[in-house]
Formats: sequence, structure tokens, C-alpha cells
Amino acid sequence: MRWRRNRAPKAPASLRRSFITPEGVDLRLELASAGTRASAFMLDILILFISLIFATIAIGLLGIAGASGEIFLILWLVGAFVLRNGWFILFEMGGRGATPGKRLLGLRVIARDGGRLTGGAVIARNALREIEVFLPLSFLGMQAAQGAADGFLTLFALCWTGIFLFFPLFNRDRLRVGDLLAGTWVVNNVRAKLGADLVAARAEQPRRVFTDAALDLYGIYELQTLENVLRAGQDDAIATVAATIRRKAGLPDDGDDYGFLADYYAALCIRLERAMLVGRRREDKHGTVGRR
Amino acid sequence: MSALIDGRAAAPLVNASRFRAAHEGEWDRLDQLVTRMEKRSVRALSEDDILALPLLYRSALSSLSVARETSLDRALVIYLEQLCTRAYFQLYGVPDTATRQLGRFFARDWPLSIQLLWRETLICLILTVAGVVAGWWLVATDPSWYYSIIPDAMSGGRDPSASAETLRATIYGPQEDGGLATFAAYLFTHNSQVAIFAFSLGFAFTVPTVLLLVYNGLTLGAMLCLFATKGLGLNFLGWLTIHGSTEMFAIILAGAAGMKIGTAVAFPGREARTQAAVIAGRSAAIAMAGVVLMLLVAGLLEGIGRQTVQSDAMRYGIGLAALAGWLTYYYLPRHREDRDALAA
Repeated sequence: MRWRRNRAPKAPASLRRSFITPEGVDLRLELASAGTRASAFMLDILILFISLIFATIAIGLLGIAGASGEIFLILWLVGAFVLRNGWFILFEMGGRGATPGKRLLGLRVIARDGGRLTGGAVIARNALREIEVFLPLSFLGMQAAQGAADGFLTLFALCWTGIFLFFPLFNRDRLRVGDLLAGTWVVNNVRAKLGADLVAARAEQPRRVFTDAALDLYGIYELQTLENVLRAGQDDAIATVAATIRRKAGLPDDGDDYGFLADYYAALCIRLERAMLVGRRREDKHGTVGRR
Repeated sequence: MSALIDGRAAAPLVNASRFRAAHEGEWDRLDQLVTRMEKRSVRALSEDDILALPLLYRSALSSLSVARETSLDRALVIYLEQLCTRAYFQLYGVPDTATRQLGRFFARDWPLSIQLLWRETLICLILTVAGVVAGWWLVATDPSWYYSIIPDAMSGGRDPSASAETLRATIYGPQEDGGLATFAAYLFTHNSQVAIFAFSLGFAFTVPTVLLLVYNGLTLGAMLCLFATKGLGLNFLGWLTIHGSTEMFAIILAGAAGMKIGTAVAFPGREARTQAAVIAGRSAAIAMAGVVLMLLVAGLLEGIGRQTVQSDAMRYGIGLAALAGWLTYYYLPRHREDRDALAA
């Protein structure tokens, strides 16, 4: 299997993108995944349909009540047009750069070059929705209306329009056709609270001490995984991790899994940080231990 | 197990603790300001807050850099990344106010974006005219072509077997069932949707857009020929001109905008392909917003104007005046101090 060995190790597909501010700091933006984007779109469509249905009912009732049904028909025609085309454009042109669906899922549209999101860009990315969503739908509708009369033609049309619909899956930046043309992309933009300081929380009370051998087991990657476990606070995960560390380090079980892990985290953090500050950064457990 | 040590009253153990203690207040304040801006707008901030904002933002950015290099506290780094990102978008990425955007659109962006499309507009005009000529020629040589060009639903009784009187009635007759404004609204929304569709089809290397334009010309040519053979050519042209000058112009521009993005993707020129697509896409989208407004005018002229104005001279007058108005607005030279702002 020579060919397999020759292949360069493939980096895991990450959605983090380098994004340097004018101040020269890399913000490392996280792109929204295709699934989240699709859910946000579904949410928007749902809200759109519901508001359209309610508006139709309201206009219908008013039209029955009042004699001048014409006004309401005009309102409906223009309103449906504005809803269909304006919903995405107007919301994304606002300061938040997101439709209600995107906002619910913590997404935001931004210009790829880091500049302002211009009206032209927003219109471009949403006008292209016509070929991404409407075109496949209209071919599907044709299929339903005509039966299987033009089976092959419809199949071909669906494949062709599928290229546009599934475009985000074919490029690593998850760009829609509209994003490509408008120079935008969609990033995660959630508001998070600052988590508690795990080391400081243990500093105020008696701590366990660990031998160097026990602390040399792990590197930064494992430290941060442990941090995630501690912050998530799931009992079974904590018990599993504590048992693993005890087994590897040859330590006895003292019955307090969380306390043990928190102390181990603090001790490991202190040790790795000291090593890092003198230039011996140990990325993970496979990395060499700094010489003493 | 191992002995316990008492860490009370000792100095903080890791950098992150010291760092958090020193700067957490600033981060909190920045977080509050950004949240207020996100919820409402920058006007929700007091003068002091606005003065403090850039300083807080820069200090958060430098905190982020320091935290990445000296701390292993992942929660801290992630928090600062998110805070700085949110602040960045509030400081650099916020669009102008709606009124200023609208003003710039009408004063500069709209006509400029149309001007940038002049080459494509010319090509689309030629394609449409070619379609008209072909449609005319086909129907003139063999009237049965008419039925293949124009679908039954669209002809509405206007076909070669109809008498001159019937055809005259379709041009001058009163609107069947009232509802002029409804008709106008229907025409506007329908035509705009088709125009947006034609624009976005341009992305598929402009082939569908070209087909649409030629077909549009074909139907026009076929109808013109039909009415001309019954001696109603000029009357039909008047019936068409009152709104058609605006509507056909808008359709040609929509096709041109689609052609622009299609050709930019296919032939990017000196730019990188994606960059060329972005430049073309943004300016063509502004042109499309203008096209929708044009179709609004066309819808009003067609739905209301055409049915109430019955004299040929008036119809020609209104149609040609509208055309002259559009041409002046778009192509009259104007000083373009920052033309590149369109693409920016």
C-alpha cells in the first residue's frame, strides 16, 4: 500500500478562517456549517409562510367585510412580492446583518473583505436565491404537473439545478452561489459569557499535589479537553476521565472525582504554562517532554 | 493519596487568573456597550460610551493576543475571540443609515451601475432586436409559426385567424373587468419576479438569459407582424410604447445585469475569478434594484395609463417621454468622484 503512505496527512476540515483586523489581530472567525445555514433558511421560510397565511386570512376577512376588495387584493399582491424578495434583503441590510432565522441560530452575514456589508452585496446574495431555490422547485412543480411525461428532461433539469442548490457543499467555505457573487460569507456570531476561572476556584482551598511523572502524561490538547469536561459537568464523563487519569498515573481512588480532576487540571495548567513561558510548548501528549 | 497543600493567601497560580482580575471590568463594559448597540443602535450610547468604545475595543484585542500567547485557559480565549468579533462588526461592519443609503442609491449608485453595464445593454438590445426581426420574418413567411411562438394563454384571441375588428378591440377596448390598479400591481410583481429570475439565471454563464431575451423579442416580432398585416401596426406600436419603452428597457437591463455576472464568472479578465464575480455581482445587483423600480413604473403605465389613455399620439408621447427620461437619468454625464465606491 505504497500510495497510502505517500499521501500527505490530511488536515481535518475546519471552518475556522483567518480574519485579520486593521489592528493586526487574527479574529479566527468560525464559518457557519451548511446544516445551520439550512436550518436558518427553513426557519425564515416558516416565519414567512406563517405571516403570509395570516396576512391572507386578515385581508380575506377585511375583503369580505368591506366592499372595496380591490385595495386588499393589491395589498396582497404587493405584500407577497415584498415579503418574498424583501424579507432577506431588508433584514440583512439592517445593523444586525441577519434575518430572524439567522439571528435565532446565532449567525451573521459579513463581507469577506471585512468591510461594510453594502446594499448591493445583500441584494446580489438574495436575488441569486431565485436559481438556488426557486428554479429546482419550479422544475419539481413541473414534474408534478406533467407526470412522468418528460422524465429524462426533468431528471436532467433537477441535476442541473441541484448544482446551484447544493453549491455550499462543494466548496470549503460553504459559500452559496449568492455568497460567491456578493463577496459575503456567513459566520457564527454568538454572545457567550466568560466561564469561571477553574484554577482560581481551586486556589482558595487545600489541593492535592501530583508527582512530575503524573503531570508529564499530558499536553495542552488534553488539558483543554479536560477543561471542556470540567465545564460541561457531566457526571459520567467526569467519572470516566478521572478513572483513566488515575489508572495512567497509578493513583488511588479517593472518591471525589470532580475535586481530583479540578486539582489535576490546576496542577497540569500551572506546569504547562510555566514550560510554555520559557519556550517549551507541549501541544499534546505525543509531544516531547521538555528537558530538565 | 498524596498530601494536600494549602494554597490560601498565595499569589494567583496562573497568568489567566491575574489577567482576568486585571481586565475583566473592561471586557464587561465592552460587552455591555456592544450588546446595547446590537439590540438598538449606536445612538443608544452616551457620549462617554462612544469615546470609550474604540479604546475598550483595542484593549480587548490586545488582551486576546496576550491570552493566546500566555494562557492555556481556553474559555478565556474563546470568550475574547467572540467579544472582539462582535465589537469588530459593530465598529467596522455597520451599514449606513437607511436614508443615506437611499439617497446615494438614487443620486449615484443606480445610474452609475447602469452605465457600467453599457456594453452588455447594447448586446441585449441587439439580441432583442434580432428576436423581433426573426419573429416578424417567420410570421410573415408562414403565419402558422405564430402559434408555435406565442402560447395560447398569452395570445388571448389575438391570432392570425382573428379579424381586424377583434384585434382593434384588444388595443382600444375598455379593460374587461375593471380593477386597473390590481392589474397594475399584478403586472409589476409578475414582471419583477421574472426580471430577478432572468438576472440570477445569468450566473449559469448567461445562456438562459440570452434565450429569454431572444424569446421575448420573438413574441414581440410575431405580434407586430400580425397586427401589421391587418393594417394596425402603428396602433399596436402605440399600445405597446406607452409602457413598453420602460418595460422593454428594464428587461434588457435585467438581461444585461445577468450577462454581466455570467461573463464575469466565465471571463474574469485581470482579476481573480471570485474577485471579478464579486465586483460584477455587487454593481449588477444595484442595477437590478433599479430595474424593479422601473418595472413598478411600467406596471403603473400599463395597468392604468394604457387603459385610460386611448389616443395614439398621447400613447406615443408618454412612452417616448418616459424613454427619454430614463436615458437622460442613466447616461447623462455626471461627475463621478468615487466611482470605485460601487465595487467597494
